[in-house]
Amino acid sequence: MEYGLDLEYSFNEFLKGFGFSSEIAHLIWLPLPMLLVLVAAVVGVLVTVWLERKISAAAQQRIGPEYAGALGVLQPIADGLKLLVKEDIIPDKADGILFTAGPILVLVPVILSWLIVPFGQNLLISNVGIGIFLWIALSSIQPIGLLMSGYASNNKYSLLGGLRAAAQSISYEIPLALSVLAIVLMTNSLSTIDIVNQQSGAGILSWNIWRQPVGFLIFWICALAECERLPFDLPEAEEELVAGYQTEYAGMKFALFYLGSYINLILSALLVSILYLGGWGFPIPVELIAKFLNLPINAPLIQVLTASIGIVMTVLKAYLLVFIAILLRWTTPRVRIDQLLDLGWKFLLPISLANLLITAGLKLAFPQFFGG
Amino acid sequence: MSIAITTQIICFTVLSLIILIGALGVVLLESIVYSAFLLGGVFMSVAGLYLLLNASFVAAAQVLVYVGAVNVLIIFAIMLVNKKEDLKPINDIKSRRIISTSICITLLSLLIRVDLTNVWSLSNPQNSIGEESTIRIGEHLFSDYLLPFEVASVLLLMAMIGAIVLARRDVMSKDISTGLPVDQELIEKSSEPLLTNKN
Repeated sequence: MEYGLDLEYSFNEFLKGFGFSSEIAHLIWLPLPMLLVLVAAVVGVLVTVWLERKISAAAQQRIGPEYAGALGVLQPIADGLKLLVKEDIIPDKADGILFTAGPILVLVPVILSWLIVPFGQNLLISNVGIGIFLWIALSSIQPIGLLMSGYASNNKYSLLGGLRAAAQSISYEIPLALSVLAIVLMTNSLSTIDIVNQQSGAGILSWNIWRQPVGFLIFWICALAECERLPFDLPEAEEELVAGYQTEYAGMKFALFYLGSYINLILSALLVSILYLGGWGFPIPVELIAKFLNLPINAPLIQVLTASIGIVMTVLKAYLLVFIAILLRWTTPRVRIDQLLDLGWKFLLPISLANLLITAGLKLAFPQFFGG
Repeated sequence: MSIAITTQIICFTVLSLIILIGALGVVLLESIVYSAFLLGGVFMSVAGLYLLLNASFVAAAQVLVYVGAVNVLIIFAIMLVNKKEDLKPINDIKSRRIISTSICITLLSLLIRVDLTNVWSLSNPQNSIGEESTIRIGEHLFSDYLLPFEVASVLLLMAMIGAIVLARRDVMSKDISTGLPVDQELIEKSSEPLLTNKN
């Protein structure tokens, strides 16, 4: 730990003051960041649902939710409560076990991936060495849950939706992983903390988006496809498939899909901001400002300030991307399934391979700009 | 016993039980769909065992390759080819089962013997590399294991060409190996409802 807030250490010291052993203190500490991140994810979903409703209304020149709270901010909570108390229906001819396990398998990997999302130097649940690779591995579990729920519903639309979802996420995983690999090549590390620190040299100028513009676009397109957002929402295309794999679901099981897709959207936006937009970094480096104002960087007050700026910057960047995703959803038409697979395999895959090759070449040619 | 060791023992017991029961389920269950999903569960638990051994990169690779690619494709194939047909009963099923069981038991006893005779304890337990393993794996892949690594890519290329030849039979009217007209039924078959025999 070089500098930055170390909440775990201070919390453990605080508990030891009451006579707890260090192991007990660690046990009490462990669930706290997880709970915090879970709550943050759910609140993020509520905000995103509200944004989605308001922005879609603005795009269609409607007013949108209006009566539940000021500007309808309580509307997502009302939606959630409605889903919570609805009857939990398992269709008569469906396969009960798989029907129940499907939504769980969709939601759990997405939530697990929040393990590696950093909001500051020490503000993440676990700085695991495999970092971003963990997210790529976990996101590959999701199609099993989608296939499972599509099959178990015993409905041809559900099955088609599940198959489409699996095909889509298999095809877009590869360019996604290749564009992440280009970043990893520049950082020499898989850890998300290192990836952000590598971009923190000169503020906005050292962000990866300038060095990896093609990778950024590929990653964003693939992230939208993985989240099944329009223009890539073929698995649940209403006009063709009723609601895809969600057709037979109601109540809390449907809510799990809903929650999963929105948590996934926020997670993708956060990861784009971490990989390409400098993570928690302020456009002008905080260290420079502190030096300009003659403030010591290690003073407690400055530490709290920089940590808060870090959290605000991460969330701000992520929500800007969520805003773009919502605008895209309400302004672009859906692609056809053959166009989707063509785009993935014949366009994005070769371009991401070329991007990786060029990055490797540039790294050898200009080690000071592309990481040595 | 410290909390860390207790947690490890509990995790190990649960994972091993899932692997054993799941693997038995993969072999013994009648429904092929359940077998395929259970196989995914077994792969996941093996990844969990790797995590317990401090090999997080191998665990993530296990999830990515076996669960995310192999198992998804198996399930995909099962669901695309959901053809209900009445299979003919096999006459000598009992002798076949006896033979396969005995082969499996022989293999199992061989593995148990390896387990009992091999010396498992590390000469230097402090030498475990943990998070460094990603770098070590990369170094080995591009030095002393370079040939197997490259040969594996040739194998994948062969599999890919084979798959393309099989999948694009519609553009060829004759089978390339036998010279007979292509069985078009495989390409355009009538669809049957799923789970028709479920009540």
